[in-house]
Amino acid sequence: MSDSPLALEHEARPELRHHFADEEQQRNAASLGMWWFLGTEIMFFGGMFCGYLVYRRVYFPEFAVASRSLDLVVGTLNTAVLICSSLTVAMSVRAAQLGKRKLQVQLLLATIFFGLVFLSVKGYEWRNKYKEHHIPTFDYNAISGEGDLTKGQESLLGLDKLKNDPVKLQERRAEIQQRSKLFFSLYFALTGMHAIHMVVGVGIFAVITFMAWRGKFTPEYHTPLEIAGLYWHFVDIVWIYLFPLLYLIDRRPGA
Amino acid sequence: MNHSNHSTRSEHIVNAGLYWLVFAILIAATFLTAWIATVDLGVFNTVVALVIATTKASLVVLIFMHVKYTSEKMTKAILISAVFWLILLLVLSLTDYSSRFAG
Repeated sequence: MSDSPLALEHEARPELRHHFADEEQQRNAASLGMWWFLGTEIMFFGGMFCGYLVYRRVYFPEFAVASRSLDLVVGTLNTAVLICSSLTVAMSVRAAQLGKRKLQVQLLLATIFFGLVFLSVKGYEWRNKYKEHHIPTFDYNAISGEGDLTKGQESLLGLDKLKNDPVKLQERRAEIQQRSKLFFSLYFALTGMHAIHMVVGVGIFAVITFMAWRGKFTPEYHTPLEIAGLYWHFVDIVWIYLFPLLYLIDRRPGA
Repeated sequence: MNHSNHSTRSEHIVNAGLYWLVFAILIAATFLTAWIATVDLGVFNTVVALVIATTKASLVVLIFMHVKYTSEKMTKAILISAVFWLILLLVLSLTDYSSRFAG
């Protein structure tokens, strides 16, 4: 940082817009704008989380059983993939702060790679759901309590008490079918909206990587990279909550 | 504003070791939360899962998103107010619906 007066400083730094006093103010204004946006994003996802939590609370047994049909191992590993991408983003911002261009580009490419791996795995999981007829459309045929449940699940759903009453048993099965469908509707809405954010994130980082490769980011100016990073971390945080809420409702043995 | 104070003008550069430490904790917590879900803790299964998720989210916000190091107080104000409204939304809705379908 130089001790030059304001006017000279502006002349020396083409990135510094004239209406900002210095780079710190410009940087803070940009990151503040992204934080405001993330605030609205919290509200956006918050509404869906709220809907999910209310129905999970009201239809807990059906949600718990439907949640077990998700692949725990794949979900856990995919969460780890997303955390790797957050690390590479944080490291690429650091590389920009230190003026290491090559490392910056490598880390950004790694971020895009991890993002695409996450989306591919998500696609694989959705494909399995399609094959299992778990997608809530006309072809939906998920958990109805006919032969596909363990003893613990049957008692959780209250089916064991209805064994001797075929009419009530049939009614209850139809009810379970409907309520588990609601779980999958929320599952696809939440993971789908998260995936859309991931796709947008990958697009943003493609542009950012190009800018980094062109050498646009210096230790003094790397605001686009920094605020794109904020967005990426936010999408990561959404998944950090989605993973336990969707996959881990009830994984206890015997349940 | 005192512009001669140069220490506030440069960004804080986080130690790479700290990033790796946070990363290791996040990965460990991911596997921990998946494993502990298979242990019968009664109602505490959900509580533990959410505590672990919130710890992970806090680490990402504070370290990866640099909130711990920012000199801009507005960032914290926005974050705290957004989280406050979110909690208000979730807690009030859940207390309402929980009491409606009780029994």
